[in-house]
Amino acid sequence: MTPCTACLRRARLVGLLSARIAAELAERRRAAPILALPDEQLVRAVGGSLKGAAWRMLETFDPSQSLDEIQAAGLHGVCRHDPLYPARLRDLGDPPALLFSTASPQRLAELCAAPAVAIVGTRRASTYGLEVASALGRGLGAAGVTVVSGLALGVDAAAHRGALDAAGPTVGVLGCGADTVYPRTNRTLYGRVRAEGAVVSELPPGQPPARWTFPARNRIMAGIARVIVVVEAAKRSGSLITAGFAEDLGREICAVPGRVTSRIAAGVNQLLVDGAHLVRGPEDVLDLLFGAGGWEGLASDKHSAEASLERPLRRVLRSVENGDSVDDAARGAQLSASELRAALGQLELLGLIRRDRLGAYERVAR
Amino acid sequence: MAGVLASVATFALVGLDSSEVTVEVDVRRGLPVFTVVGLPDRAVREARDRVRSALLNSGLDFPQERLTANLAPADLRKAGPSFDLALAVGVLLATGQVPRERVRGYAVCGELSLGGALRPIHGAVAVSAGARRAGYDRLVVPVENAREAALVPDIDVLGVPTLERLVDLLKGEWSPEAAKPAAPPGEPASGADLADVRGQGDARRALEIAAAGGHNVLMIGPPGVGKTMLARRVPGILPPPSFDEAVEITRIQSVTGLGDGRLASRRPFRAPHHTISASGLIGGGVTPRPGEITLAHRGVLFLDELAEFGRYTLEALRQPLENGFVEIMRGQRSLRFPSQFMLVAACNGCSCGRPGGECTCNAADRIRYHRRLSGPLLDRIDLVCALRPGAALELVSDGRARPESSAVVRERVTAARERQRARLRGSPATCNGAMDARLTQAHVKLPPDLQTMLLTVARAGSMSFRGQHRALRLARTIADLDGRDQIGRDDLAEAIGYRLGAAEAVAA
Repeated sequence: MTPCTACLRRARLVGLLSARIAAELAERRRAAPILALPDEQLVRAVGGSLKGAAWRMLETFDPSQSLDEIQAAGLHGVCRHDPLYPARLRDLGDPPALLFSTASPQRLAELCAAPAVAIVGTRRASTYGLEVASALGRGLGAAGVTVVSGLALGVDAAAHRGALDAAGPTVGVLGCGADTVYPRTNRTLYGRVRAEGAVVSELPPGQPPARWTFPARNRIMAGIARVIVVVEAAKRSGSLITAGFAEDLGREICAVPGRVTSRIAAGVNQLLVDGAHLVRGPEDVLDLLFGAGGWEGLASDKHSAEASLERPLRRVLRSVENGDSVDDAARGAQLSASELRAALGQLELLGLIRRDRLGAYERVAR
Repeated sequence: MAGVLASVATFALVGLDSSEVTVEVDVRRGLPVFTVVGLPDRAVREARDRVRSALLNSGLDFPQERLTANLAPADLRKAGPSFDLALAVGVLLATGQVPRERVRGYAVCGELSLGGALRPIHGAVAVSAGARRAGYDRLVVPVENAREAALVPDIDVLGVPTLERLVDLLKGEWSPEAAKPAAPPGEPASGADLADVRGQGDARRALEIAAAGGHNVLMIGPPGVGKTMLARRVPGILPPPSFDEAVEITRIQSVTGLGDGRLASRRPFRAPHHTISASGLIGGGVTPRPGEITLAHRGVLFLDELAEFGRYTLEALRQPLENGFVEIMRGQRSLRFPSQFMLVAACNGCSCGRPGGECTCNAADRIRYHRRLSGPLLDRIDLVCALRPGAALELVSDGRARPESSAVVRERVTAARERQRARLRGSPATCNGAMDARLTQAHVKLPPDLQTMLLTVARAGSMSFRGQHRALRLARTIADLDGRDQIGRDDLAEAIGYRLGAAEAVAA
């Protein structure tokens, strides 16, 4: 159905007042209470210098113009009165009136109806964090779980990429217009997520990001997902804000343990102390979603490709997954150096592993 | 009164070659002044004092008259002390102390000490090659340089210890035998042997393949795992230099003063520090000198900490790597220095250098690091291998037999090289690593099923056209090492496993 006028107008209003909301929130911690206000109260509360423009817009609002804009940006709009609107988002006290999406409302509904897991974490992740995030993305993606993340650098990107590599469903939630690539570095990834999953946002097309839009985006991630996994986060970080929203909504919170001496693991370790589920890999998350072992067979794809491998190849593959050195891998599989490289070559030919620019191998799941 | 004019032939080093210089000495009445003209540098001008003292201390006369020496051609810069001897002989001729007709057909070259002894010079091989080309029958050099200079055939090299002996020689009172060429290379002296390196199977195999096919290789591993130790052992697994190659190596070493007066029996190993300048690496300077790449000619150039080298420095390396020589222009002249070497490079896997699990780099750090390295230089590297820390320690206790020695590996490598030489006869390349795209296509044939296998990877987007050729060259070498004409499935798989892949960008 076409988004209703009130919701279109609301989205437009939030976009218009973005700068004012930012100023207002500079003094407060969370976006939630403000965004829960109805239109008129919102204008009164934060309007400030933009009050005049806001009232004028509310009076003269023309829905067809908004619809044209959405179409021109190649997006779709789903308003909260639409049955295709992601149901779990309604749990929020301040759900977005309108969700802009790169995927059709039907596709978006499918993506959100599947069990969804949000994977979040720091942008400045360590190799360990990236590895875990992409392994989680792959494992969950292979089992058909929708991986939700924020398309940011670091953990977010690794999670999306993992899901895409496993041809799993994935949704990127942005803190700017859904047609805007932010950060620019991720444009390739944005393209892939857009093509194979969905990129969504509550902000109108073309809207630039602002400080407040990131925590606001985090509440949407927490809303869509059933489980939130935090991979590497410092003490005061956006990922913990997401976890906070998730807790308010009664979602399951998971954390990947990090080194106790590492600054970027302080936040996740604290979550564990506070009672979050400890996650060692996708299996732990799947256990949480489907009950222990209830997910066996979902990830059939990955297993069939592997099962057909000969024994030494399988061992080498496991070594690559574990990040063993080449010599260790050779010893583990009882192969000579040349046989080991031949095995790596075979696995690369089979598309099971890939290499970076300096020839280091990593696991690919398809 | 007309002056007395004498002329003597000598040779000046120009790059790795020498060109003839005629020393003319004119004696006429006047104040006792000794002038040297013809673009001499400081060392040449100071020759005046050495020549005077050497003559007087050898019991010879130094005229109390006006002396003018000219070094012709006058437009060539003369540098260094090797003109001393020619100047001294010129003075002796001009003052009638030795008979003129005896000097015809001689070229002389050497430095003098104040006591009249002849001191060795740099570049004796180049000098004698120049003298032969210019048609001289006999060359006089300091006795220490004689065997080295005698490496050039068809010229009699006479090693002379002192100025006094030289006068005897020119007067016909002493006739020394022509020097014998320095001994041909025997077995390379043992020293750095592969048997000393424990573990690192991956790197050992990679270096063997690299040596067998003349491929450039990159070793990746944290500091202190033995990259330098392994690289040092690469010359020892290359086939020993042939006589001609040994002469080339000796000549370069002699010009730069690195030689020991004997024929080089081992291939050179050069490991310049990463702070080296571009001209230090490829050669240059006001009077152009060969750089590290020329010193590594026919041997191994090892660049440790590849990422730390200046970008400009590495860029400069590209052309010589491709051509096998470097051309340096100075003024009107252009000099060509050979630079056919095997490149062995080493670097960390990331900027912090710690092994996988302990790495503290974030994604941005890693991209930056890869970008710093992934210059055009990586395009010239065929193989990559990984070294792992702690292997030495742990393998001592694993009770396996002593690792293979360099001699065993060298035998296989030499056999593989032989196969390549036979296959590539008539083309400019002598080993697989030197094949360009055209030669690769002509000489590396895959059976249809392997062709399909290679194309599958290429289509999957993880291998560029260049990458395919790299894998083909490597597969060819691996089959050569095994003594097979046909490339097998395992050869190709191993080649794919070892090649340095310029994969898709690792965006974060």
